Amino acid sequence: MSKALANRRLLTRLSVFAVAMFGFGFALVPFYEKICEVAGINNLIKPAAAVENTQIDRSRTITLEFDANAHGLEWEFKPVQTSVRVHPGEMIQVEYDVRNKGAKPVVGQAIPSYGPKHAAPFVKKLECFCFKQQPLLAGEGKRMPVQFVIDSTLPADVNTITLSYTFFEVKGAALPKGGDQG
Amino acid sequence: MEAAHTHHGDTHGHAHDDHHGHKPSGLMRWVKSTNHKDIGTMYLWFSFTMFLVGGVMALIIRSELFQPGLQIVQPDFFNSMTTYHGLIMVFGAIMPAFVGFANWLIPMQIGAPDMAFPRMNNLSFWLLPPAALLLITAQFMPGGGAGVGWTMYAPLSTQAGPAMDLTIFAVHILGISSIMGSINIITTILNMRAPGLTLMKMPLFCWTWLITAYLLVAVMPVLAGAVTMTLTDRHFGTHFFNAAGGGDPVLYQHIFWFFGHPEVYIIAIPAFGVVSQVIPAFSRKPLFGYASMVYATASIAILSFMVWAHHMYTAGMPVEAQLYFMYATTLIAVPTGVKVFNWVATMWKGSLTFETPMLFALGFLFLFTLGGFTGLVLSITPVDVQLHDTYYVVAHFHYVMVAGALFSAFAGIYFWLPKWTGKMYNESLGKLHFWLSLIFFNVTFFVQHFLGLAGMPRRIPDYSLQFTEFNMISSIGAWGFGLSQLLFLYVVIKCIRSGEKAPDKPWDGADSLEWTHLPTPAPWHSFETPPVIK
Repeated sequence: MSKALANRRLLTRLSVFAVAMFGFGFALVPFYEKICEVAGINNLIKPAAAVENTQIDRSRTITLEFDANAHGLEWEFKPVQTSVRVHPGEMIQVEYDVRNKGAKPVVGQAIPSYGPKHAAPFVKKLECFCFKQQPLLAGEGKRMPVQFVIDSTLPADVNTITLSYTFFEVKGAALPKGGDQG
Repeated sequence: MEAAHTHHGDTHGHAHDDHHGHKPSGLMRWVKSTNHKDIGTMYLWFSFTMFLVGGVMALIIRSELFQPGLQIVQPDFFNSMTTYHGLIMVFGAIMPAFVGFANWLIPMQIGAPDMAFPRMNNLSFWLLPPAALLLITAQFMPGGGAGVGWTMYAPLSTQAGPAMDLTIFAVHILGISSIMGSINIITTILNMRAPGLTLMKMPLFCWTWLITAYLLVAVMPVLAGAVTMTLTDRHFGTHFFNAAGGGDPVLYQHIFWFFGHPEVYIIAIPAFGVVSQVIPAFSRKPLFGYASMVYATASIAILSFMVWAHHMYTAGMPVEAQLYFMYATTLIAVPTGVKVFNWVATMWKGSLTFETPMLFALGFLFLFTLGGFTGLVLSITPVDVQLHDTYYVVAHFHYVMVAGALFSAFAGIYFWLPKWTGKMYNESLGKLHFWLSLIFFNVTFFVQHFLGLAGMPRRIPDYSLQFTEFNMISSIGAWGFGLSQLLFLYVVIKCIRSGEKAPDKPWDGADSLEWTHLPTPAPWHSFETPPVIK
């Protein structure tokens, strides 16, 4: 094999390898999602698996504070009650009001975040408007529920948990006619 | 050893058929050059230019940080400076500098007439200036440069202004350039060695570049993928990193650091190669533990793919993952320790002299090891949680990037300058450059360890009052370090213009082919007929 041909072969192989590694970068996306799913992390907008500790612990009272923001959306979004006091293991339902004050129908997605951060896994959401995208017509408003249980294994140093939702616009999402199913 | 040869007796097809051994003159010599030495020279001058641009940005950063409060620049501009200082130094200065070394030295060290693909080599270089222009013009886009940090984390980068798009395209172009350069280097080393020069007889510099080139081909495309996702998230409605659409910004960090950690070794490993040539030459002894050096370098390269998440201990990760990444990271200290041991053992009972290249190599050895130690400290998860994104991290990576990679590049330039130019540099001025660099480097960065331990965060234009003294010291050091590099420029220009004629082998202990088989200065075409290695 001449040297020029050998060089060309190696060039082809290495180029294919480089292109494959470009693909590998994209393959990391589903791989990451699968790992998170298997490890049970990053499931903020999915219903909690079966709640194990349903025993109500009346010796502890946790203050839950609610916060709401809309990012880049002309939406008015606020909790109906700003805080509640609950016992671990107790089933709670709170509600949020949202209204599209813009002139166009938009689809939004709410993302929860928790303070303190390490309290997040102990807030078991059973029902939440954040589990699906929320389409709102211009001027449309609705009241949306969140149902959850605070796991009684919550670390003893946590007495207050802040649950903050932020609505983001989902660009390119299909707008269903009517948009009334929450 | 070198038989009479004709220029048309070439064994590799297409390299010189349009030259006939005559150097074209004027600008076109450089624009159209396919000669590895010319291209190497262009890489080195380009990287020095970028080093000055990135250096000016560093001085803007340090001048603002001289005192607390906002004196000179606005926070947005400050953030842009930290971002482009990092990008330009990594992709524009350090990486091209070592590619310049590779171009100059690999064909000479393996007895090849040129690189395997001389035209592709030309293209690899000429992609760099447009990329550099994109990075610089990004400063003048509406909203200024993208102040997202050199890591370009989402979601900040998916929301940044139009400068971000220029930055993304620059990264694409730089990536393509690096991949082509690496393919060229791998092919040259694997296919074009002189007869008898087995892989395990190659100078260690060639080994380190072979390994580095594989790393580059493996990870530069991953970075290209990450910034492509950022681009489509910004403009084409995808949701790779957009939480609202089901994506995850933390995913960006994983993909970025899958590139980013090997990238750290892409910078460090060629530096190991240079030092492994310089230390034996000035110890007048062969390199201690050659084979273990090769295996240690390869182990570092393989491990670099398995430790990426130690950059993200605070991003949220299961504790098992943190433990794994912590142990895997500390494991890297083993092959690195082997290398440091071998360099020291090479000097043991050697007959040492301390010319400028050796001084820079020793500066490298001492300070790189120090940077390695702080790296070990940072690899411990609970410690890192305290020190993450503080000036301790800034100090750590400047010890390995500046005192590591840059000092090694200086060592290499002083070492090979006689071979390249045919003239000697001024030894006293070279030594002065070393001592100024060494002292001012430590004045700049040593105190940053204390700032970090005291809790000063990185990437901020203002800070609380208790950090003032150390910041003042650091800023003074930075100006000293920056100005010292003008002395380096003077030394190099003086050497090229009026240096004394250098002998064929100015260093006693140098033993690779470029010293033993080629005249000084190295002829424009070398090894048209390969030397035979016994």
